[in-house]
Amino acid sequence: MQKIINQPHEVVDEMLKGFIRAHSDLVAETDNERVLKYIHAPVKGKVGIVTGGGSGHKPAFIGYIGKNMVDAVAVGEIFSSPPAQMFYDAVRAADAGNGVAILYGNYAGDNMNVAMAMEQAEEDGIRVTKVVANDDVPSAPASEPGKRRGVAGEILMWKVGGAKAAMGGNLDEVTAAAQKAINNTRSMGVGLSPCTIPEVGHPNFTIEEGKMEVGIGHHGEPGIAVSDIEKSSAIAARMTDEIIPDLPFKRDDEVVVLISGLGSTPIMELYILYNDVVKILDQRGIKVYLSYVGNYFTSLEMSGATLTIMKLDAELKSCMDYEADSVGLRQFRHH
Amino acid sequence: MQAFKISEGSIVADRLIIAIQSEKQYLSDIDGAIGDGDHGINMNKGFTMCREALDREPGDLAHSFRTLSKILMMKIGGSMGPLYGKFFSALARSYEGKTEIGKEDFLASLEAVMEELGKISSARPGDKTLIDTLSPAVNAFRKALDEGGSFSEALDMMTEAARSGRDSTKDMVARIGRASRLGERSRGVIDAGAASCCIILESMASSIKLLL
Repeated sequence: MQKIINQPHEVVDEMLKGFIRAHSDLVAETDNERVLKYIHAPVKGKVGIVTGGGSGHKPAFIGYIGKNMVDAVAVGEIFSSPPAQMFYDAVRAADAGNGVAILYGNYAGDNMNVAMAMEQAEEDGIRVTKVVANDDVPSAPASEPGKRRGVAGEILMWKVGGAKAAMGGNLDEVTAAAQKAINNTRSMGVGLSPCTIPEVGHPNFTIEEGKMEVGIGHHGEPGIAVSDIEKSSAIAARMTDEIIPDLPFKRDDEVVVLISGLGSTPIMELYILYNDVVKILDQRGIKVYLSYVGNYFTSLEMSGATLTIMKLDAELKSCMDYEADSVGLRQFRHH
Repeated sequence: MQAFKISEGSIVADRLIIAIQSEKQYLSDIDGAIGDGDHGINMNKGFTMCREALDREPGDLAHSFRTLSKILMMKIGGSMGPLYGKFFSALARSYEGKTEIGKEDFLASLEAVMEELGKISSARPGDKTLIDTLSPAVNAFRKALDEGGSFSEALDMMTEAARSGRDSTKDMVARIGRASRLGERSRGVIDAGAASCCIILESMASSIKLLL
C-alpha cells in the first residue's frame, strides 16, 4: 500500500480537518464533526441542498459544497454510507425554513439512511424531498432504472438543483429540476487498475495487467465485461455506444459532457478520451454546450475514467449556466 | 427453567459484543470477497462503542439492546448500521417493560425483528443477505415451540437453522445490495451479513441457555 497517511482508521477525520483548513473561505464545520456546510448555510430564503455518501470520491462529495451548489454534506467512512444521524444533521445545517432537497446516489445504505433521516426531519417539521441519482448505464438494464447506481451524473444533478434553489425555486421546483437533470443524464466508466481502502490494506478486487473492466462502478463493482485494454478511440466508441441509445441522445441535442478520472489516470489521458468522445458526438450531430474534464468524482487511486452526458433543455441550460463556486466546480456566467 | 430475567440478561449483550469483536477479521475477509471488506471493521466499531457506552451506563438487557441500536443507527452507517440498528431496536422494544422473557416472548421478539427489517429493506429469502440466516432461524424456533419443545431445545434448533441458512448463501447469486452488482460473480462466497447474523443468533442462544 503506497499512501500518504498517518493511521489507516483516521484517514477520513484527518482529511476533513485538512479540507476545512484549506477551504475555510467556502466550507465550515457543524456541530456534527462528520457534517460540513457552506459557510453561509442555511442561506436565508433558499431551499437547502444536501448530499452525502461514503468517502474516497474526492472532490465528491464535500468539494461540491459552496455558493449556489450544495449547502451541507454527510461524510461516511470510505465507501460506506453515512449513518442516518449525519444525513439528518446535514438537513438541519441546510434548512433555512424553506425545506431541503437531499440529492444522492442509488446505493442500499444511502437509501436506508436517507429514509430514516427523512422520517426524523418530518417529525421535527422540516420539509424534505429526495432525488436518487441512477445515471450509470451498465449497472442495470434500462428496464430496471431503480437498480442503476448513481455516479458522476450526481455532480450535474447538484449543479442544477443548487442553481434552481439559488434562483429562488421552491422545494417542489428544485426537486423537479434535479430529477429532470438526472433523468436526462447517462454515464459509464472503465476501470484499468483497482484501489485500496486504507484500513483494509490490499485491493479488494483485481484487474489484470493489460485488461480493463468495462462498466466499472465507483467502488470497483464489476461491469458488463472484462476486455483487453483498448485505444482511447475504441473506449470512447464503447462508452458512447452504451450511453447514446440508452436515453437516447439524438441529432441536434445540446449536451453537457463530463469526463472524470477515477483517481490515478493522468488528466492528459482524460483529454485524449474527451477528444475521441467529441469526434463521435460530432459525427452524430450531438452538440456540446458545456464540457468538464478532470478529476470530478474519483474512487481512491483507481485508474480509469467515467463519461457522463446530459441532454439539455432551456431550464437545464439556465441552471448549468448559473454562477457557482465550490472546490470541485466553479462556473462563471456562461453565454 | 423456561424463562430468564431481563435484569440478569445484560450478559447476553456482553457476550454478543465479545463475539463480534473476536470475529472482526473473519467478517472483513468474507466481505472482501464480494463486498468492500469493511464489514468486520464497521461491526467491531459499533459493538465496541456500545461496550464503552454500557461501561459508562450499565443496565438490563432491554437497555443494552437499546444502547446498541442507537449506536448502530446513529454512528455506523453503511447498510449494516440501519439494518442491525432496527434489529436491536425491535428486540429492545419487545423486552422493555417486561421482567422475564419466556420462549413465547423470545419468539415474539424475533418476529418483531423480521417485521422491522421488512419495513426498511425489500430483501427476501434467497437474495443472499442476512435474511437468509434470520428467516429460517425464526421459523425453526417457531416450529420447535409448535412441537412442544423447551426454550433451550428451540434455541438449539434456531442455531442449527441459522448456520445452515448462512451456509446456503454460498451458492446464491446476490439480488440486493452492493454484491448484487456482481451478478453471477457473487456466487461461491458466503454473504457477510448472513455470517454476522449467524454469529449474533449463535451468541444470543448460547448466552440465554446459560441463564435458563
